[in-house]
Amino acid sequence: MIERPESAVASIAQRNLEGYVGFANLPNQVYRKSVKRGFEFTLMVVGESGLGKSTLINSLFLTDLYSKDYPGPSLRIKKTVQVEQSKVLVKEGGVQLTLTIVDTPGFGDAVDNSNCWQPVINYIDSKCEDFLNAESRVNRRLMPDNRVHCCLYFITPSGHGLKPLDIEFMKRLHDKVNVIPLIAKADTLTPEECQLFKKQIMKEIQEHKIKIYEFPDTADDEDSKLIRKIKEQMPLAVVGSNVVIEVNGKKVRGRQYPWGVAEVENGEHCDFTVLRNMLIRTHMQDLKDVTNNVHYENYRSKKLAAVTCNGGVDTSKTKNQMTRSPLAQMEEERREHVMKMKKMETEMEQVFEMKVKEKKQKLKDSEAELERRHEQMKKNLEAQYKELEEKRRHHEEEKSNWEAQQRILEQQKLDASKTMEKNKKKGKIF
Amino acid sequence: MAATDVDIFSNEEKRNLSLGGHVGFDSLPDQLVSKSVTQGFCFNILCVGETGIGKSTLMNTLFNTMFENEEASHYQNGVCMRPRTYDLQESNVHLKLTIVDTVGFGDQINKEESYKPIVDYIDTQFENYLQEELKIKRSLFNYHDGRIHICLYFISPTGHSLKSLDLVTMKKLDSKVNIIPIIAKADTISKSELHKFKIKIMSELVSNGVQIYQFPTDDDAVTEINSSMNAHLPFAVVGSIEEVKVGNKMVRARQYPWGVVQVENESHCDFVKLREMLIRVNMEDLREQTHTRHYELYRRCKLEEMGFTDTDPDCQPFSLQETYEAKRKEFMGDLQKKEEEMRQMFVNKVKETEAELKEKERELHNKFEQLKHMHQEEKRKVEEKRRDLEEEMNAFNRRKVAAETLALAQPLKKDKDKKN
Repeated sequence: MIERPESAVASIAQRNLEGYVGFANLPNQVYRKSVKRGFEFTLMVVGESGLGKSTLINSLFLTDLYSKDYPGPSLRIKKTVQVEQSKVLVKEGGVQLTLTIVDTPGFGDAVDNSNCWQPVINYIDSKCEDFLNAESRVNRRLMPDNRVHCCLYFITPSGHGLKPLDIEFMKRLHDKVNVIPLIAKADTLTPEECQLFKKQIMKEIQEHKIKIYEFPDTADDEDSKLIRKIKEQMPLAVVGSNVVIEVNGKKVRGRQYPWGVAEVENGEHCDFTVLRNMLIRTHMQDLKDVTNNVHYENYRSKKLAAVTCNGGVDTSKTKNQMTRSPLAQMEEERREHVMKMKKMETEMEQVFEMKVKEKKQKLKDSEAELERRHEQMKKNLEAQYKELEEKRRHHEEEKSNWEAQQRILEQQKLDASKTMEKNKKKGKIF
Repeated sequence: MAATDVDIFSNEEKRNLSLGGHVGFDSLPDQLVSKSVTQGFCFNILCVGETGIGKSTLMNTLFNTMFENEEASHYQNGVCMRPRTYDLQESNVHLKLTIVDTVGFGDQINKEESYKPIVDYIDTQFENYLQEELKIKRSLFNYHDGRIHICLYFISPTGHSLKSLDLVTMKKLDSKVNIIPIIAKADTISKSELHKFKIKIMSELVSNGVQIYQFPTDDDAVTEINSSMNAHLPFAVVGSIEEVKVGNKMVRARQYPWGVVQVENESHCDFVKLREMLIRVNMEDLREQTHTRHYELYRRCKLEEMGFTDTDPDCQPFSLQETYEAKRKEFMGDLQKKEEEMRQMFVNKVKETEAELKEKERELHNKFEQLKHMHQEEKRKVEEKRRDLEEEMNAFNRRKVAAETLALAQPLKKDKDKKN
């Protein structure tokens, strides 16, 4: 017996503690466990060759992901769009991160770039599918999360606007992965040009209803101020560099030009630090959460709907089915079918009974009819018999009467003749 | 997998890279923690024990607050589960605490079914979570998780051993939930008796194969304290919400004529140890164990029951789609077969009845043929009789005519005679 509360939400009572209990320590417990588990993150970079993707990765993670020993994809010749992933393990401050970088060499490099986004989409979908299958196994083990958490899209710094390929790509990927557009090689734009370019890009993004990654609102005032600042700077204009140069006695990463040094980590030169802070230091977890709660769930519900609805186009029905699991769906269908069968059974029974009744009735009727006729004929015969009897009796009567009469006549005649004889004998003596 | 015109190179080997500076992802755990804190935590405790053993008092003492306290009667028909949810907050941490009480446990004369409502409740919580997880459109991140994270089993302080009801119940629960056995009302047992009692209980649990929750010893930060606490199980606790003045402080205690039992005094009882282990050190581990061990076990059994397997007869792993499609095909085929069967049954029925009715028709027909024959016979007889009669009548008429003509002739003769 379970006493159910009226509603799980309504009967939650607020209680004030009158002393230190200790569950404020929960966050520390969570912290420890997460450090022990380690973290994973998959970052995808997409853009035409030569936009500085590999350099940016190296700058972001302050490491040589692509080096002489492990040459990046850009140094390889390819004919079609490839999707390449490299997995590295990095440690910092006791925290272990398994970083997967996914590169797309050949993107946008061909003369005809139709469908060059397809391999990318396929890659993202296949990772989601792997996760879905792992999640749906009967025996589940710790599932590695290889889904793409973030896609950095590199825009050519033309200064004018987005190219049709850019728009096509972002439109097709914005509901599959978190898309963060970046202006590459931003050191070719002056600050004014950069501002105009950013405005233009954001305008076009809104026009085409492209959903790029949005920073979540926080309750914290400080944080929301920062977030608003970042939002104003989107898309971020970045510069990457593998080279360390000395500027004013400091060693900085930068690009040495005859006219000066463009410093990577200088906020006035480019938005690189904003990108790094946002991507790694503050919003990495949120990127993973959005991937898990939004993009993956989208993929999953589409996939499962296709399996259960089996192409059913009835929208009212499918809406109802969405709130159930496929198994519950099958249960429901089974129940419906049982009811349908019952109905069919009773209908068929009814029809059957009716037909049988009809036939039986017909049989009865013809039986009755024949009975009746038989009765009638019998009566007829009986009447005839009776009539015959009557006639015979009548005839017999007549006959016996007549015979009696005849006898009397005969007797009379005999008597008369006897008397005459007597008279004759007496002689006619007069 | 991927389209055929794409090559996917995957370097599955993980390289260890060293960083040339401070990147900043060491803030990841903090990001995770701040997200969890924003979401809030939830924790569900199940208290199993006889009526009056001190479950509600202990909860009040543990959480330093007055939860609803109706004293239960001893006359319940069966065991009744009573879940109550409370919203607690400590510094910036929100905790949604659900306490499930087993009302009427141990009061019935026949206690064979006592464990059932408890097991059913736990299973229902698992089932609800599983159903949510299997939905097509699901929202797991704001799902109110009702799964029981910890079962506190209250043992009567008899001083001898576990009751058979205790063993039976714990054995039924140990694969479904984390169990921490507690000796209740420990202020009725002396120290030496307590020591013997604890040893007896633990050995009984071991010999009966009851798996109680072991505090984890694989995390460096807490290994020491956890392993030492493991040796103190089961905790002997005393609960009290009343405060007594001891020295110059007000402490929670129970006042007896012979002294004051202080709840938070570690030499008086193990309350502090319980609070430490349950709340301050291992709360997260309890939640994790429930999700990764007990829930997964339930899920695995449930899915296997429904006929899901991970590999097909050829030992190739199924993809989810294949599994569902196969299930669905089987299911549809099943339904169709049922339909066919029913139709077939009807067809047979119809055939049978038709044959019956035809038989009846034939009989009827025969009967009337017979009657017709009979009737015709009779008719013939009547006709014969009629003819006979006709003949007789004719004969008679002829005689009559003859006689009359004769009679007519005779009077002439008489007249003739008379004339003479």
